[in-house]
Amino acid sequence: MALAKAFDEMTGPGDLPAGGPVRDAYDTLKAWLDKTPPEHFNTRRSQAEMLFRRIGITFAVYGSNDSTERLIPFDIIPRVLTKPEWDFLERGLKQRVTALNMFLNDIYGAEECIKAGVIPADLVYRNQHYQMEMRSFRVPHDLYVHIAGIDIVRTGEKDFFVLEDNARTPSGVSYMLENREVMLRLFPELFSRHRVAPVENYPDALLATLRSLAPQSASRDPTVVLLTPGRYNSAFYEHSFLADKLGVELVEAGDLFTKDDVVYMRTTEGPRRVDVIYRRLDDAFLDPLVFRPDSVLGVPGLMNAYERGNVTLSNAVGTGISDDKAVYSYMPEIVKFFTGEEPILHNVPTYRCREKESFSYVMDNLKDLVVKEVNGSGGYGMLVGPHATRREIEEFGKRLRHAPDGFIAQPTLSLSTCPTFVASGVAPRHVDLRPFVLAGADEIRIVPGGLTRVALKEGSLVVNSSQGGGTKDTWVLDA
Amino acid sequence: MRIRVVHDTIYTYEQAARGLIQVLRLTPRDHDGQHVREWRIEPSADGRLTAREDGFGNIVHWFTADEAADALTVRVTGEVETFDTAGIVRGAMERLPEPFYLRETPLTEPSPEIQAFAEEATSGGVGERLSVLHQLLTAVPERVVFEPGPTSASTTAAASFEAGKGVCQDMSHIFIAAARHLEIPTRYVSGYFRRDDGVDDQHAGHAWAEALVPGLGWVGFDAANGISTTEAHIRVAIGLDYLGAAPIRGSRIGGGKEGLEVRLRVEGGIESHSQSQSQGRQSQSQG
Repeated sequence: MALAKAFDEMTGPGDLPAGGPVRDAYDTLKAWLDKTPPEHFNTRRSQAEMLFRRIGITFAVYGSNDSTERLIPFDIIPRVLTKPEWDFLERGLKQRVTALNMFLNDIYGAEECIKAGVIPADLVYRNQHYQMEMRSFRVPHDLYVHIAGIDIVRTGEKDFFVLEDNARTPSGVSYMLENREVMLRLFPELFSRHRVAPVENYPDALLATLRSLAPQSASRDPTVVLLTPGRYNSAFYEHSFLADKLGVELVEAGDLFTKDDVVYMRTTEGPRRVDVIYRRLDDAFLDPLVFRPDSVLGVPGLMNAYERGNVTLSNAVGTGISDDKAVYSYMPEIVKFFTGEEPILHNVPTYRCREKESFSYVMDNLKDLVVKEVNGSGGYGMLVGPHATRREIEEFGKRLRHAPDGFIAQPTLSLSTCPTFVASGVAPRHVDLRPFVLAGADEIRIVPGGLTRVALKEGSLVVNSSQGGGTKDTWVLDA
Repeated sequence: MRIRVVHDTIYTYEQAARGLIQVLRLTPRDHDGQHVREWRIEPSADGRLTAREDGFGNIVHWFTADEAADALTVRVTGEVETFDTAGIVRGAMERLPEPFYLRETPLTEPSPEIQAFAEEATSGGVGERLSVLHQLLTAVPERVVFEPGPTSASTTAAASFEAGKGVCQDMSHIFIAAARHLEIPTRYVSGYFRRDDGVDDQHAGHAWAEALVPGLGWVGFDAANGISTTEAHIRVAIGLDYLGAAPIRGSRIGGGKEGLEVRLRVEGGIESHSQSQSQGRQSQSQG
């Protein structure tokens, strides 16, 4: 099936003739692209790569041997959002994350949404990420998701959809920050011609968020640490980068211990009490006495300290359930139920293969659908029907028939494209957007923009870096 | 039946171990089928022992030692009065909704072989719930031989089923995996079992399963013995699998290699035999 030409971030609806007018926000950028000699771009692109490599090397100081793997392709043509577009997204994101937090607070507490039939009980209780330990106590300020990466796709001028709610340990924000820094260095002239909203305050916003969530027992100046699984984790560079920007200690399990339900960090001056842990470690590894007993990445006794209210974990334990793609399919109802408002941001229509009718529809239409594992991430284990071979579709159909509960399906969306440098010059490539939403006790903070991911392969709709995706700087124009 | 338990778990460490934390799920609670007359937990080292309740409603003691130790014995002594309720468990602490007990865990993942076994043993699991469960209860010990040794605490249901061997923990996991595959809420129980063959000294606690039967509630199924639970069973802790109900989970810093020995004595009430125990499997059941 050939997809209709997608909405282009620069030229607008697909049916406009090439070389025609561009959308207002891209006026200056287009002129710049047209006027700048190609050699100049080539120089800048190799400079960009060098800068990123140098950053990669900086990260490698911590012991990475495979910095080449860390180098995700960067495209120098920014993706631009207007102020009204961003205002709309921002309102939608705040509403969505507010609803997510109310939902989590409810399924670990009063369970009203289950009683009211908003979501089926077994979808919640049978979910691997539903952590029953969280039923016995309240988290500070009833907030579970403090840092969310909400993936958004666009299909038209005003058509934005949420593709995924990443509510565990979303990554990628370091690219957002690095991409901006590199762009500022390479193209200062562009920034003098545009009023681009800054993103550099993200670390401050993150730290303020984390501090606002400190337990009541903490001092006025709570101690925040970033807990990493260690240097072999694929996002380790981001952990060290963020700890550095936040000005907090980057710790591994061995740097922490618990005593009498309090978490301490070993320091050269002796043990120091820890109040907030920004953990980039999955629930299952946090505490070998409660979760996986073979985890050497966690801290024995951590959950006890957490349950006693002596330390805040960020994100809270048990947020993974809102990452689940079957739960996702209920988000419109969840938003309505908890906020009493119509959802501002729409979901992609989703077929739940666990339901008989949907399942047979999906089986009959595999070639037109995107099918995903409910617990999958990173673009693994999914089928993009229109781009799959007959054999791939057959193979996937078998897996699907074997365990229908484990899958959802969505229509193949024609994601918007954005002009991107490729071997043949500048060509449209599909993009998505991951804004980072920070929910603190005081307010919800969102740095304007986020991370734009781009599928570099022509026609590809899979933007994940593990699947050959790249990134772009994302601009929100202030005027 | 009045059952007395003396249960020593003895750890020895090559070198002194610091920062000892032991999580003990070793304390039974009352339900209609058992009344705890007295119960005590005594660690041999100095430290703090605090009691809490976990998400399942189990009583959990956290023991943290003050100083480094090269050995630690956790001694449990107690006496429980039990009553025959035909395996039905009423009046127990219920903290979690029933669908929760349908969740698969790594230890109870139903392999294709276990799925096929569950369906064959029960003609597809379509009959009345209680008879389906009894069919499974009969089928598990027919397929899996009780044999201590080849399996360990981290052996999965699938691995034990494939080997065709296991102890009570493995047989319970297989029963649970099969029952959940048939969409029956099922959970793991750790506890004690008073043998009626005159053997009071045992080397491990016991384990079985509970499954939900409409109209009856939770019913105990002891797959290792091929029987419903009786007044010879003392129910201590429940979980989705062994990990959730494990009698002891611990951590320490240093200490080198660890030695572990269990001395368990379960005695009493020989005069009042239960009717439903006449299957003759008890002699090889301990695990």
